[in-house]
Amino acid sequence: MNRAFRRHLTSRLMTALVVVLSAIAVLALVLILGDLVVKGASSIDWAFFTKSPVPAGESGGGVANAIVGTGIIVGVAALIGVPVGVGAGIYLAEYGSGRLGFTIRFIADVLNGTPSIVIGIIAWTFLVKPTGRFSALAGSVALAVLMIPMLARTTEEMVRLVPHSLREAALALGYPRWRTSLKVVARTALSGIVTGCLVGIARIAGETAPLLFTALGNLNFSLSVTHPMQTLSLQIYVYATGPFDEWHRLAWASAVVLMGLVLLISLVARWVTRQRYGSVR
Amino acid sequence: MVASANTRLRLETVNLTALFGQSSAVRAVSLLFPAHTVTAIIGPSGCGKSTLLRCLNRMHELNPDASVTGQVLLDEVDIYAKDVNPVELRRRIGMVFQRPTPFPTMSIYENVAAGLRVNGKQPRAETDSAVERALQQAALWDEVKDRLHTSAVALSGGQQQRLCIARAVAPQPEILLLDEPTASLDPAGTQRIEELCHALKRLYTIVIVTHNMQQAARVSDYTAFMYLGNLIEVGRTEEIFTKPKVEQTEAYITGRFG
Repeated sequence: MNRAFRRHLTSRLMTALVVVLSAIAVLALVLILGDLVVKGASSIDWAFFTKSPVPAGESGGGVANAIVGTGIIVGVAALIGVPVGVGAGIYLAEYGSGRLGFTIRFIADVLNGTPSIVIGIIAWTFLVKPTGRFSALAGSVALAVLMIPMLARTTEEMVRLVPHSLREAALALGYPRWRTSLKVVARTALSGIVTGCLVGIARIAGETAPLLFTALGNLNFSLSVTHPMQTLSLQIYVYATGPFDEWHRLAWASAVVLMGLVLLISLVARWVTRQRYGSVR
Repeated sequence: MVASANTRLRLETVNLTALFGQSSAVRAVSLLFPAHTVTAIIGPSGCGKSTLLRCLNRMHELNPDASVTGQVLLDEVDIYAKDVNPVELRRRIGMVFQRPTPFPTMSIYENVAAGLRVNGKQPRAETDSAVERALQQAALWDEVKDRLHTSAVALSGGQQQRLCIARAVAPQPEILLLDEPTASLDPAGTQRIEELCHALKRLYTIVIVTHNMQQAARVSDYTAFMYLGNLIEVGRTEEIFTKPKVEQTEAYITGRFG
């Protein structure tokens, strides 16, 4: 066997290997999605989106309370988390070279690795226990805490991608430092930052653990953020672990809706990245 | 270098030394830049010519371990004096870099207006006319007047560089610093920028850093030759290129080193 042939063969083998490995990765995703759709799609009808759950044992009903609850809890979490996370990210990228920046970065990394259920327990300790009741707001805070370090780090990465020459150009024009950071650097990184926020939102939309001791869940329709509220993830948890076939059916359908929601946010994130001519990616 | 009686002195360095940490990139340079002239700074890569330029608008100090000793006098006021605000100083001294740096999220119009807005809000009509004037001065107006509100990064490299010149001159600075402005341009783009230098020196005092000696010979009134951080020789451009006094200068301009 000559050298050229052996090299050629190795190349082919390695290529085949990575193709097979990526196929396995994609296959897992396809199986999960396919299984979900097969088991869940048939239960999705108009009532599923418009009605609240009916008492156990009865058939019919929907998860309108959970869909609205997911929107409210995730929305409030984003309202808290996005400004703090993005602000921290810009600070880290633009001014975070000193000791304070190092500390914040370290804390963000530790928080990023903290299991979400631990964050749920902490939110319970500080928000649920003192106030004496479970609330959607406590859930939002827990999700925001989960989201902030994620956003801080992605925002920092995005801002760092902005070429140094743009910073210099703005400073040479007589821009103060803060104005350079906001009007030129952050604005150039904006599509990347928005993508990071959407990915973060998609990520927390599917979280269950931090909500178990905070938002708790609620089988009735509720709009009050100071009371327990249902989310799709909690609904799936309750229904899937329950004893009734009807509940299992609804759990599958809820899972399809939750996946669809996350997919939709991810698609928007993709679209935002492609939009702006000023994208740094 | 002797400024003739009717050219007012604008900018001068006195014993200027620029350091990065402990090592000096520019050593004890004293240089005059007479008003309404083009001064070219030439020299091989790493000779400190860009660093010298960046000392003139206090961009050098943005590097965390950079420092400066000596003086830079702008109309006899030391720009390194304690009461001088570097941010405000930079509004009086425009700068154009080696590579075009249009702000990618802004339109052509917004790019040119970018430096005007830092001085506070002004009436729309005033901004409009300032933008047009700046684009005229940069010889870009005719090419972009119908698409002022489109993306600036859609322009060609040469157009982007002229846009950057327009952005630099829009706030009507007194000095214009050009740091190898044609290094990334093709010959046609280079020629347009050089023509601009001739036109703009009526309005501004220009300092241009270049590693292209032909360019220095074409555009400048005075030429300063630097080597290893030292100012070797300075004089009227035609004298530097025809009868340099220092052996090193002659060696460099005849292409024997550098």
